[in-house]
Amino acid sequence: MTDILADTVPRQQPAAALTPGIHMTDAANKRLKARYAAERRFKLIGLAAILFSLAALVILLTTIASNGFTAFQQTHIRLDLQLSAEQIAPVGTTDVRQIMQGNYGAVILAALQKKFPEVQSRGERRRLQALVSAGAESQVGRMVAADPSLIGQSLSIWLPTSSDIDMFVKKQVDTTVPEEQRRVNDAQVRWIDSLKASGDLELRFNTRFFTGADSREPELVGIWGGVVGSFYTLLVTLLVAFPLGIMAAIYLEEFAPKNRWTETIEVNINNLAAVPSIVYGLLGLAVFIGFFGMPRSAPFVGGLVLALMSLPVIIIASRAALRAVPPSIRQAALGLGASPLQVVLHHVLPLAMPGILTGTIIAMAHALGETAPLLMIGMVAFIVDIPATPVDAATVLPVQIFMWADSSERGFVEKTSAAIIVLLVFLLLMNLAAILLRKKFERRW
Amino acid sequence: MSLSLLVVVLLGLTILGYYLGKSRSLALAGGKIRGLHSLPMFYGWYVVLWCGIPTLLLFGVWIAMEDWVVRSMVISELPEAIRSLPADRLGLVISDIRNLAYGNIPLDKADPAIRPVVDHYISLRQTGTAAVWVVCLCLGIAGLLYGRSRISTEFRARNRVENAANILLIISSTIAVLTTIGIVLSLVFEALRFFASVNPFEFVFGLTWSPQTAIRADQVGSSGAFGAVPLFVGTLLIAAIAMLVAVPIGLMAAVYMAEYSGPKVRAWTKPALEVLAGIPTVVYGFFAALTVAPFIRNAGESIGLEVASQSALAAGLVMGIMIIPFVSSLSDDVINAVPQSLRDGSYGLGATKSETIKRVILPAALPGIAASVILAFSRALGETMIVVMAAGLAANITANPLAAVTTVTVHIASLLVGDQEFDSPKTLAAFALGLVLFIVTLSLNIVALRIVKKYREQYD
Repeated sequence: MTDILADTVPRQQPAAALTPGIHMTDAANKRLKARYAAERRFKLIGLAAILFSLAALVILLTTIASNGFTAFQQTHIRLDLQLSAEQIAPVGTTDVRQIMQGNYGAVILAALQKKFPEVQSRGERRRLQALVSAGAESQVGRMVAADPSLIGQSLSIWLPTSSDIDMFVKKQVDTTVPEEQRRVNDAQVRWIDSLKASGDLELRFNTRFFTGADSREPELVGIWGGVVGSFYTLLVTLLVAFPLGIMAAIYLEEFAPKNRWTETIEVNINNLAAVPSIVYGLLGLAVFIGFFGMPRSAPFVGGLVLALMSLPVIIIASRAALRAVPPSIRQAALGLGASPLQVVLHHVLPLAMPGILTGTIIAMAHALGETAPLLMIGMVAFIVDIPATPVDAATVLPVQIFMWADSSERGFVEKTSAAIIVLLVFLLLMNLAAILLRKKFERRW
Repeated sequence: MSLSLLVVVLLGLTILGYYLGKSRSLALAGGKIRGLHSLPMFYGWYVVLWCGIPTLLLFGVWIAMEDWVVRSMVISELPEAIRSLPADRLGLVISDIRNLAYGNIPLDKADPAIRPVVDHYISLRQTGTAAVWVVCLCLGIAGLLYGRSRISTEFRARNRVENAANILLIISSTIAVLTTIGIVLSLVFEALRFFASVNPFEFVFGLTWSPQTAIRADQVGSSGAFGAVPLFVGTLLIAAIAMLVAVPIGLMAAVYMAEYSGPKVRAWTKPALEVLAGIPTVVYGFFAALTVAPFIRNAGESIGLEVASQSALAAGLVMGIMIIPFVSSLSDDVINAVPQSLRDGSYGLGATKSETIKRVILPAALPGIAASVILAFSRALGETMIVVMAAGLAANITANPLAAVTTVTVHIASLLVGDQEFDSPKTLAAFALGLVLFIVTLSLNIVALRIVKKYREQYD
């Protein structure tokens, strides 16, 4: 095409070089320069916008990660406990409850004093005892109760230190301030150093953080309670929202006549997707707890609220997946004598399933991170037990994060960040699953 | 005999019904499927419907009614002195009785006056459970037999089963409408109860918000002030800061991704931005409170500004970052929907890329961009966790981004977290605030959808 033009149309003479046109004047060149400069500026602003967003993301993630990774290790202290019968079970009892109530504080203090015989005064003894976590007594108590044959023997055991000591060892507190403003005084620093030198004090993997539940002491908290609560909540959400969402999508996409009623439903679904999540919390509080009298703080109720919240998202995603199945599939099935329901259940739905599952996983990931509606229905309770059923009082991972973030102790900052890391890992896994599902099964017709 | 065991038994009965229906249809047809109107499976399902649905309904009604029935029967049993107590005290007595009956409180601690009532309560529940066992089982078996008796070779089982399935589909599609109705009704009813004690005019236009109501009526400041204007102002201030961050950055990011970046860069940046949208808001709240607020405070103090430790700027800034992906991904779609011919025309006239974007593409995409901005604004208004964690409770009327303000959502959350009686004005105020929030976000959403709908097919 261009060749023909070049042959037939006579080439322009280089007349422009002789008589400079309006586009070659100095003013025009200046204008052109300015316009190109504006072009570069504009492009740079766009790049800056993207870089700003990415920088925000990186700063957010690195802040959380650098604050949180230390929580996966906890300072522990090794003590040789003398589990003498007179301090634990003076009457020679084997009753578990009485064994639990034994004087383990004295046992631990005795073990500490054996390491530091020079400690005599009352105040110093108290500070020495403050090295070990307040929860260590009940930990030893549970151990002995589980195995009463330990009574009368000596036991070498790693116990968690108190949060103040933990923070000091991890260098997360300012050690340069004068002694009276510090939570760890000079004597304790000496003890820590000598324990470190003898290998009796070290950072060990924090198992309790992954197996325990909430606590008032930052060194004793665990996320397992929140994880189990989140699991039950999401299970209820999935069991309610997934079938309902698919059925609603099938009806609206495949069977519904186009009339005012179905249009109302569609507008409704679109609007529900934009309702703030806290409003769903109010709905749950007024309807599920106020009207139906369901228990507060239960994952079951939380799951129902989150199901109502994620239902519109699932319906919209499922409809899009159903719509992507070409009509020829339906016509072929109808032509072979399948009933409309058989067409959908045997042919359209299986083909749309990857898309539906992807949408559902993403909706579940959102539900996993949701906090506000669960605050409304009382899941923001201090619960030290791992919930055993979906109707037990429980909390969920994001609410646990919120509660720890509200606590003022320094030790909770790293625990909060660590819990966030765990939550983000779960979200990442779910999103990865959605992406893989899409990549593997996505079909284009 | 517990109710969960009953559920298992009924489930077994329906499964039995399925096989009975299937085998009967085959027996009637002499083992040849050809002789039947429908596949044997449908006859099985037909029996399942007759067996399962009536019992399920009855069981559901019983679960819903049991508490109320037993309660009213127990109340009629109580001594006159207790029965004439006000409703809330009576409720306490009933819950005591219930705890005694379930063994949560040891029986020997019971008040001798209500001891016979507790026994009566226990026996009532036992009778009720036994009755529901008998009735459900009878109904299930009767349904099974009836469904089975209707089977014949001519019977159009598939049509019946498909009709039932269709009804199920219709019911599930109305859940969305029921949710909306539930939201509206619960908000409106609780808000009306609130407005019975607080003047709605004062709520909407009052300038002081201090919801602490006193325990005794004669206490100083016993009437809480419920003027919500400080909350509205705070909400708008924080949302405005968020939009100032999110709209330019989100829009420019969308423009860059749609018009400048190559497909490789785009394949990485778009998901990376969407990660920002996937991070839970509680994480943003923690980030705002832990990192951004102290940073802004220190930065402000180093240049001699007085910054509140929970400033509107910190909350708004972080909320803006959270909203960037909403603006950018919606705008990106809209910009990509502008036809290539418009770009080509502009380039043909000698315009540079940025001139084309500014003079041609953005004006053409304006309705969609406006809709995305409105949606993002509505999300900023309804965002809860960031402001709960980073904005605090101080109800100030100010336009100073460095001062502490509070929002509607913060107060909804703080009024309802913890144990409160369900009908004090303090608790009900949360529902009135929720109603305002719902109405505003819904209207914004409707406006945005309208805009999109009206201008969508302009180029098709």
